[in-house]
Amino acid sequence: MNVFSSTMPGTLVVSAMIAALLFFATLWIEILQRLRPGPETATLAKRIRSWWVICILFLGAILAGGRAGVLLFAFISYLAFKEFVSLIPFRRVDHRALFWAYLAIPIQYAFIWIEWYGMFMIFIPVFMFLIVPMRLVSLQETRGFLATVGMIHWGLMITVFCLGHAAWLFVMPLTGIPPGGTGGVVLFLVGLTEINDISQYLWGKSLGHAKIMPGVSPNKTWAGLWGGVVTTAVLAGVLAPLLTPFSAAVAIPIGAAIALIGFLGDVTVSAFKRDLGIKDSGGLLPGHGGILDRIDSLMFTAPLFLHFLRYYYS
Amino acid sequence: MKILGHALRALLFWLFAKPFVALVLGIDVRGLEKLPADGPVLLVANHNSHLDTLVLLTLFPTRLLPKLRPVAAGDYFLSNRLLRCFALRVVRVVPIDRNPASPACHPLTPCLEALDRGEILLLFPEGSRGEPEARGPFKRGIAHLAKSRPEVPVIPVCLGGTGLALPKGEALFVPRVCQLVIGDAFIWTGNKTGFMQELEDRFDALSTQIAPPPFPSHPNMESPA
Repeated sequence: MNVFSSTMPGTLVVSAMIAALLFFATLWIEILQRLRPGPETATLAKRIRSWWVICILFLGAILAGGRAGVLLFAFISYLAFKEFVSLIPFRRVDHRALFWAYLAIPIQYAFIWIEWYGMFMIFIPVFMFLIVPMRLVSLQETRGFLATVGMIHWGLMITVFCLGHAAWLFVMPLTGIPPGGTGGVVLFLVGLTEINDISQYLWGKSLGHAKIMPGVSPNKTWAGLWGGVVTTAVLAGVLAPLLTPFSAAVAIPIGAAIALIGFLGDVTVSAFKRDLGIKDSGGLLPGHGGILDRIDSLMFTAPLFLHFLRYYYS
Repeated sequence: MKILGHALRALLFWLFAKPFVALVLGIDVRGLEKLPADGPVLLVANHNSHLDTLVLLTLFPTRLLPKLRPVAAGDYFLSNRLLRCFALRVVRVVPIDRNPASPACHPLTPCLEALDRGEILLLFPEGSRGEPEARGPFKRGIAHLAKSRPEVPVIPVCLGGTGLALPKGEALFVPRVCQLVIGDAFIWTGNKTGFMQELEDRFDALSTQIAPPPFPSHPNMESPA
């Protein structure tokens, strides 16, 4: 069987475009570092270097095809849940319950691997929802019980269940796409979600004044949001014929929806970090912060995108 | 034979120790540039978990691997044959006797010999892992070493989180990003009490940089005593 199934040429083209974009960003930051050296350009340089690592891993998984992407997302879920667990002031007694929560990651991704949709949909929302408190009850420490149950489950939902939706796209059968050729669709979702993050940042920085929710995130402006929505919608229209079975009339609203929902994911993680009194969720990606800082929008856009696809293209 | 031993250790280091610490556990390091380029050095850390030694070892380049010598309690690590072989041949600990039977030979003499060979000693002056994430009082053995070799730099390293990932008395490892802050090198200050105070002060300063603190006063949840 030819690994480069019919959707692959478009995927290759977009991958090459991303590589070119990164190449120019690297060139630009190298020049900028010579012209205007300082902490801000140094952070930007680090951020671009981290983007290289992210893109090589992600595009590598997409181009490898098959289920390499499922494995990659399982690993990302692990890193994200680990980061979440490390930020929260769990009680010492929660040690063993947290171990059980970790076990949900391989199990959830195994359900994705064997394409058991029903179990993929209910394992964390229903089974883990009951198993975690059950394990916690047996530890017999009631002080802080409710907070712990809530935090463990919220962490699993967002980092494993929600993110797992992106992994499900790799195994999901879609009309108009040969089996196993859904890498382009994942690239469409992840690419647009990340481009939206970047363009909201750039628009907000260049012409943003009016803040949307200064109590949560002082850097989010209306100009940034609308700039991001328009940029992402236009790009969705351009990229859709290369990566997806969508027509432009469908792709543009999806792009706008990804931008809006991505924004909600971003501010949700901001709110959670504010509650804990931290700025970055970790130090895994130099220049970005932690992994939760990078995938915050994706954790929200992936479920939305999956259900849209299931309703109209499955 | 010796070269083969070092090559095997380097292999274990790259196949298991490095990937485990970087990916399975995960560490946030601050002040990596303050690590010494060569021995002799006294690297002093707080102790919460068996993971501490592993984490500290992975900070160094492979080139220095033959020189890294964790100081370990002989009565614990030499207690059974398998552990003994692992401690002496793989981790290459410098065993010291926490309860010396005869005062004839100072228990820290092996440490001084290692420093004289230009090695990097990893030392946990609390003497035991103790209560997870709580720093116990430092024992004065470290002051003895610094006094005996006043030219050797002392580098404090503050670790956070390892005691939550694998606490004492718990066989179950729960992955968790650990924090590590490396402080500035200093040398023997002239008297033991002053030196111990200096060490404690430096650790107090470093531990404030470990964010978030192990159990912050979250409005929803205070850690039960």
